[in-house]
Amino acid sequence: MNYIEHVGKYFSMLRQVFKKPQRLSVFKDALFREIEDLGLKSLGIVAFIAFFVGGVIAIQTALNLESPIIPKYLIGFATKRAMILEFAPTFASIILAGKVGSFITSSIGTMRVTEQIDALEVMGINSLNYLVLPKIIAAVCFYPLLVVLAMFLGIFGGWLAGLLTGLFHSIDYIDGIQLDFDPFLLQYATIKAIVFAFVIATIPSYHGYYVKGGSLEVGRASTQAVVWTSVVIILLNYFLTQMLLG
Amino acid sequence: MIQVKDLHKSFGDTPILKGIDATFERGKTSLIIGQSGSGKTVFLKSLLGLHTPEQGIISFDGNISKEMDVDQKRQLRQEIGMVFQGSALFDSLTVEENIIFPVKMFTDQSTSEMRDRVNSVLKRVNLPDAHQKFPAELSGGMQKRVAIARAIVMNPKYLFCDEPNSGLDPKTAIVIDNLIQEITSEYEITTVINTHDMNSVMEIGEKIIFLQDGLKAWEGSHKEIFKTDNESVVNFVYSSNLFKKVRALYLNESNS
Repeated sequence: MNYIEHVGKYFSMLRQVFKKPQRLSVFKDALFREIEDLGLKSLGIVAFIAFFVGGVIAIQTALNLESPIIPKYLIGFATKRAMILEFAPTFASIILAGKVGSFITSSIGTMRVTEQIDALEVMGINSLNYLVLPKIIAAVCFYPLLVVLAMFLGIFGGWLAGLLTGLFHSIDYIDGIQLDFDPFLLQYATIKAIVFAFVIATIPSYHGYYVKGGSLEVGRASTQAVVWTSVVIILLNYFLTQMLLG
Repeated sequence: MIQVKDLHKSFGDTPILKGIDATFERGKTSLIIGQSGSGKTVFLKSLLGLHTPEQGIISFDGNISKEMDVDQKRQLRQEIGMVFQGSALFDSLTVEENIIFPVKMFTDQSTSEMRDRVNSVLKRVNLPDAHQKFPAELSGGMQKRVAIARAIVMNPKYLFCDEPNSGLDPKTAIVIDNLIQEITSEYEITTVINTHDMNSVMEIGEKIIFLQDGLKAWEGSHKEIFKTDNESVVNFVYSSNLFKKVRALYLNESNS
C-alpha cells in the first residue's frame, strides 16, 4: 500500500471516529479511563524530563556566555524561551509519541489480533468511535496542561540548577524570565500542543486498528506508529511555526 | 432461521466461497466442518457481516441482510451473539463489566436490573462467583463460558461460535458443547458452530455442513454422518483410527 492510500485510509478512519457516541454513559467511562492512561500516567515522565532539561539549558547557556558584556539575565530569558517555544510543546510531544503512541498502537493492535474489535463490531458498536474518540478527546484536553506543567518545571529546573551550581544569581535568572513576556507565545505553544495531541492519539490508533497478523506485527506496528507520529510532529512543528510566528 | 443462497466471497483474485447454499433452523445446533482453508471462517464472518460477499443472499428470518438499512443492521447485530475462538473478552474489563457491556450499550436498564441479568447468565454458565475477576485470571474453559454468557446476555436470536472447543481439554470441551446445545434449545436460538472437533460433530451436530474448497460438499445430521459414503467426509471425519473403529462399530450394530 502506498503512502497516498495510507493517508486516504487515515482520513476515512477519522470520518468513522467523529460520529456521535452510541451511549454517552459508556463513552464517559471510556473517556475517564483514557484520561488516566494517556494523561495522568504521563505526568511523571514529562515532569522529570522537563525539570532536568530546563536545568541543562540554563547551565549550558551560562557556560557559553563568557563575555562580561552579555548580561546574565539572558540565561533566564533563553531558558524561558526555549522551554515555552520548543521544549514543552514539541519535545514533550515527541516523548509522549514514544510512550503513549506505542501504548495506543499495542493496545488497539492486540484488540485487533485477539478479535476483540470483531466482537465490538458483531455487537453493533462502531469500534473506531468507541476506541479512538475518547483517546482524541483525552489527549487534546489533557496535553496542553502537561505542556504548561513542563514549561513551569523546566523554568524552575533552570533556576534550581543556577542555585546549586552557582553559575548565575537567582535575581538575574528571575529578571530574565520576566523580560519581554509575550502572551502570544503561550497561545502558540498551546496551539501546537493541541495539534500534536491529535496526532499522538490518531496516528498510533490508525496503526493499531489496521494491524494484520499476530504479536510480532503488533510490535512492528508500534514501532512504525512512533516513527510516523514523530515525523508528522516535526513537520507540523515547522509549518505551524512558519504560520504562527513567521 | 438463517438462509444462505449462492454465497460467493473472494480475496483479491482468490475465490474462497464459490456458491454456498445452506439453511440453519431455529432451536437447532448446526455445525460447519471442513479442513483448514476450506472457507469455514470466511463463511461464518460473512454471516456475521464482518465480510461483505460479492454475490449471494443471507436472510435472517426472511430479512435479507444486504437490503437492510443502517438501523436495521444495527438492530440485527443486537440479536446476534458470538463466541470467538479466543473468547475475545475485553482484557481491561472484569467478567461482570464484559457481560454488562452490551446491556449498558443498548438498553436503558437500571444498574440493579443489569446486575440481575449478569447474575442469571453467570449462573447459567456455572460461574456464579467470577464477577470481579479479569479475563487473564481465568482458565481457557472459564473464559469460553464467560464469552458464552456475554453472547447470550442480550437474549439473542442467533448464536455463532467459532471453534468454541479449541485449546480446551476433552472434558471441558464436552461441558462447553453441552452448554451451547442446552442454551440453543432452552432459548430457541439459531446456533451455528464452526468446528474442527469431531467429538462435537458426534455429540451435538443436529445438522452438519461439510465445506470443501469453498463449496458445500455434504450436509446431514450426526447420525447420517456415520452412514455417509461421501469420500471427502469419510476421509476428514474418520481420519483417526479411533473414529474409524467407532464408525465400523456403529455400522455393524445398525446392520445387525
